[in-house]
This record gives sequence, C-alpha cells and structure tokens, in this order.
Amino acid sequence: MTTPVLSIRNLTKHYGSGSSRFDALKGVTLDIADGESIAIVGKSGSGKSTLMHILAMLDAPSSGELIVDGTDASKLKGSRLNALRNRTFGFVFQQFFLTPNTTVLDNVMLPLKIARIPSRERTKRAMAALEKLELAEKSSSKAVDLSGGQKQRVVIARALVNNPRIIFADEPTGNLDSATGAVVEDLLFELNRTQGITLVIVTHDEDLAARASRRIYLKDGLVIDEPAVGARHTREVGA
Amino acid sequence: MRAVDIVATAIGNSFRSRLRTTLTVIAIFIGAFTLTLTNGLGAGVNNYIDSQIASIGAPDVMNVTKPVVATAETEGPQPYEESGSTEVSSGVGPPGSTVQAMTDDDLDTIRAIDGVRTAAPIVSVRPDYIEYGTEGKFQLTVSPLSAGIRVELAAGTMFDTASSNLQIILPTTFIETLGFTGNDDAVGKTVTIAVTNALGEQTTVDAVVVGVQEPTLFGATPSLNEPLTSTLYDAQNVGIPTGTSSQYGSATVTFAADATEAEVAALKADLVTAGYAGTTVTDQIGTFQSVIDGIILVLNAFAVIALLAAGFGIINTLLMSVQERTREIGLMKAMGMSGGRIFALFSTEAVFIGFLGSTIGAGVAMLVGGIISQVLADGLLADLAGLQILTFTPGAIVTVLLLVMGIAFIAAVLPASRAARQSPIDSLRYE
Ligand SMILES: Nc1ncnc2c1ncn2[C@@H]1O[C@H](COP(=O)(O)OP(=O)(O)O)[C@@H](O)[C@H]1O
Ligand SMILES: [Mg+2]
Repeated sequence: MTTPVLSIRNLTKHYGSGSSRFDALKGVTLDIADGESIAIVGKSGSGKSTLMHILAMLDAPSSGELIVDGTDASKLKGSRLNALRNRTFGFVFQQFFLTPNTTVLDNVMLPLKIARIPSRERTKRAMAALEKLELAEKSSSKAVDLSGGQKQRVVIARALVNNPRIIFADEPTGNLDSATGAVVEDLLFELNRTQGITLVIVTHDEDLAARASRRIYLKDGLVIDEPAVGARHTREVGA
Repeated sequence: MRAVDIVATAIGNSFRSRLRTTLTVIAIFIGAFTLTLTNGLGAGVNNYIDSQIASIGAPDVMNVTKPVVATAETEGPQPYEESGSTEVSSGVGPPGSTVQAMTDDDLDTIRAIDGVRTAAPIVSVRPDYIEYGTEGKFQLTVSPLSAGIRVELAAGTMFDTASSNLQIILPTTFIETLGFTGNDDAVGKTVTIAVTNALGEQTTVDAVVVGVQEPTLFGATPSLNEPLTSTLYDAQNVGIPTGTSSQYGSATVTFAADATEAEVAALKADLVTAGYAGTTVTDQIGTFQSVIDGIILVLNAFAVIALLAAGFGIINTLLMSVQERTREIGLMKAMGMSGGRIFALFSTEAVFIGFLGSTIGAGVAMLVGGIISQVLADGLLADLAGLQILTFTPGAIVTVLLLVMGIAFIAAVLPASRAARQSPIDSLRYE
C-alpha cells in the first residue's frame, strides 16, 4: 500500500482546562489513502467536526501526531502551511460561508485570488468550475439570491476550483432537503470517482455514509466498531 | 492575494456597509476640511507677508534705537547720563515702549561700528494737513517706517532719487478724498502740506505727486522723499533751541546690500555691545509672521484633534467590520490566506476610508476656501491688494492627505491585527 495522504496517530484534543476541561477526542488513530472516500459518522457532539478540522490543519491537536503526505504537520508553518491549505484542501461546510452580496463568480474565485492567480486566468477557471456544476448562467448573480441547493453547488465549485487533492465536507447536506441533498451527494462522489479527489465526509446520515468507500464511527471522542443495526433508527435523534 | 486584489477587495468591503463607512468618512471629512482651511489661511497670510517683504526695498537698511537699559527688579535705578538721557516714544515696538533719545554723538559712535555705511537720524515730521484744490484740508500722518520702503505703485513712478524736488507718493485711499478724479489724474499734480513750527506759526510747503501706491500691511500713509522730509522738518523746527532739536528717536543705518545673514547678525551684535538695538524691516515682519504661525499652529492643533477623534471612529468602524466578517476571515484563512495579508486587507480598507474623507474634505475646503477668499478679496480685504486670505499649495494638500491616511492606518492596527490573529477554526465554528 502507498503512503496515506493523511495519517493520524493517538490524536487527542481537549477544550478548556481544569474543571471545565472537555476531552473532545480521546486518542484517534486513522489512515486516509489517496483517492478513497471516507465517511466520519457519529452523533452530534461525538467529535466529528473536531477531528475533521485537525485533519484539514485548521486546528492543532492537543497531543498525538498528524502526518500529511509523509510530512509531520507540526513542522508545517507559515507560508508552507498556507500553500498547503490553498492548493491541497477544498472545503464544503454545512453552512455555506458565501459572501452574500458579492457575485457567484467572485465567491468561487476567492481561493484563486488568494493563490495570486491573475485575473483573466482565474475567471476562466472559475467559469469552468461553475459550468461543471451547471451554474454558469448564475455566475453574475449575487450569492444571496440563490436557493439552498444552488448555494451548496457554488460552495462545491469553490472547493474544487483550485484542483484540490482532498475535499473535506462537514455535513454537506445538513441544510438541504433530501432531493437537493441527493444531487449534492452525487456531485461529491462523482468528483471522487472521476477526478480521484480524496473525499472526507463528516455526517450523521447513515444513507450518505453508506455511499462512501469506508466509514469511521466516532462516539464520545473514540473510534468504535460499526454500531448494531438498531443504531440506524436513532438517526433522527442524532440530528 | 496580490496587492491590486487586496486594494480592490478592501474598497469593495468598505462599500458593503455604506452607512457606517459614510459616517466615518464624514468624521474624517470634518477634520481634513478644517486642517486644509487652517493651513490655507496660514499659507495665504504668510504668502502675502512674503510678497510684502519682497516689495519692500532697502534690504540694506536697519532701524537703530538706544534702548533704556533694562533694570532688574532687585536692582536700583541706573545712573543718570549727562548727555541725552531723555526718553522718547520709540514709535516702533509695543505702544508705550520707550527708548532713549539719540544725539549726534550717538550717530558718530554708530558710524564707527564695523559694517555701518551711513547713519542718519530718523526725524519725525508732524504735518498739520494736506490739501489739493478746493476739496478742503485733510489730516496727514507720515509713518517713520515709510522711509526706505519700496511700494507697489498703482500709478506714476517712484521718487527720483537724484532730484532735489519735493516729491510725495499718495496711497490710493487719498485720491478721491483729496479731489482727484483718478490715480492717473493725481500724478504730476501739486499738493500743499502745512506744518506748525515751535513758535506756533503755520507754514506751507508745496510738493509734487509722483506716484500713487497700493495700501500695504503698514497702512495707508503717504511717503515723502528725502528733500520733502527735510524741508518739512526744518520748517517744523524753526524756533527750537539748538540743543533739543538734535535729539532723535531713532536712526537709519545702511550696510552693504550684499551682506549675508551672518554679517547682519554680527552687525546687530556689535550694535548691542555699543548699547544700541538694530532691527531690519525683515525682523519686524518676522515677528509678525511668527505670531501668525503661532495662531495657525493652534488652529491646526484643533483640526488634528478632530482628526484624532475621527481616528477612533475608524477603529470602531473596523472593529465592527472585523466582527461582522469573522467567518469570512476564517474562510480566507482556511483557504490559505496569510495573517499578513488579512492585516493588509483591513488596514487598506481604513486607509481607503481615510483617503475618501481627506480628498473630499480637502477638495471641498479648496472650493469653499476659494470662494471665501475671492469674496473677501473683493469685499472686506479689498484694501489689501494681492491678499488671497486662503491659499492652497499642492504640498500642503498632499501633507493633509498623507497625515489623514497615516492616522487611518494607525487606527487600523488594532482591528486589523485582531483579524490577522484570528484562528480559522474559531471563526468558522457555528452555533
Ligand atoms: N471551542 C470549543 N470549546 C469547548 N468545547 C468545544 C469546542 N468545540 C467543540 N467543543 C465540544 O467538543 C465536542 C465535539 O464537538 P464537535 O467536534 O463539533 O462535534 P460534532 O461535530 O460531532 O457534532 C462537543 O461536545 C462540543 O461541545
Ligand atoms: Mg459538527
């Protein structure tokens, strides 16, 4: 087997200290291979988002190690870290984080702007990404004027515009009705299949998790084995 | 992000919350407007004084007096001087200040000082009236300062120095009153001046008007040429015992026209050692100028206080902006934007707000100032020809713009570094 793109060993994360100390992750070990699609599944508060943020290097672990492409993440700082975030990762969050009063095109171009790509080139690439998501004709609309499903497609366009190796999706369908949610799911898995982009999906939705090539179950900050079949009926509670 | 993108994004961001930006811009506007006007006032007045200095000839002339020796309060009175300790009103300096009268001996002492070319007493002539034709008699004051001053002429010529004819230059304000139809009409005409001598007899002297002068900062008094002054002085001193008439309030000293500032200073020092005080015309105007500079400085200080208040407005605006855009900042950081560039983004926004406020402020100030200046020049200040009370120099305007943008940048440091330090994840966490 080739070296995993992301690899964590005995990872812990706690918030606060003293009596208010809360252990969100209590020692997680995990390898994510290049090109796979992996679902991190668990109830609300189980530590899924915390784990994803550490994987995406948006947050630092309290202890344990994270290895990105064979490099110890704790040694990545400053411009190398920024370049990694900019070029290697794409993000899709449950909330869209679109800048409401700017155009769809501007929103999609943001990562390219940060990457210092010249104006003409970034327009071309952003339009190409929007076309892929069938949103080309909305490119000059304000983000605020779009429907929920359209917004999430804009977010996906933004996530893939800089050709990332890994897309992190935190509850990508949480804000969508099931029909639009399904469209977004299809899009993400298609990117994984056709472009080989590694997909890390955080969800409490068993149906979504079932479509991933692998599932990791989290409970109270620990990885557990696949829960019993009955767990599927408690899904609504978890939401 | 590239620099152009940062600037474009910052400008776009400042327009996103239009009301808040507008209010901050207004605050800066007020400061920049005031500062531009006060600077313009300073420049206008000083320019005018400079042009007045330039119009004053005789840079080689100094007014010399013999100051009363200062007595410190703890000391007793100074010993009586046998020869000429009479105090006379100095005519220059603050009202009531007195100097000791100078005698011909003093003049000889002064002539002996190195660098002094000539020393002549300034005699004070007190004519009774001036008259032309049948319009009546009018009071006439001759200011001692008008000796040695070159004036801006509205008509006619300067005195003919070679001529021993009795000549006078009248200010424009005298022309109609005396009964001339215009400035040009007055030139070449003969006016009559009367003086009363010590015996109480009035005698008249005729003089030819050679020129008409624009009024200056030193007022609107006629200038007499040397022969006319001496003629009037002689007529006035008829009947005075000789001992008294040779006492003078001050003397005019000439020195080399190409004397450097250091040489002039050395000459002044020598005069002081000998017990005299010398002031050039430039000195007198310089004092005036430093008073004006002082006033402008105080006015500027008020404007800068207004700008500092506006600076806090900028801090507040940006803090709110950072607060509002917490998630956007987090997202940009998550996408690999460096803290330095986030800082640049917010500080550019502040500098842009400062730029807007200051250009509008300076622009409006120039517009309003230009109008005020014109109205005053045609009205209230019409007598002071050439005075543009508000003068805007490119240098001063650029200084105001840079100062305001500098203040805006400093104001941005706190909010912008707060934004730059934000961890992406704290910003992205949602409730
Ligand atoms: N910044 C924080 N400070 C304190 N506690 C936190 C913080 N972030 C998350 N937590 C806690 O850590 C636990 C895991 O949170 P999270 O990873 O968001 O869970 P999930 O995404 O699975 O719902 C939760 O109990 C949450 O309250
Ligand atoms: Mg979560």
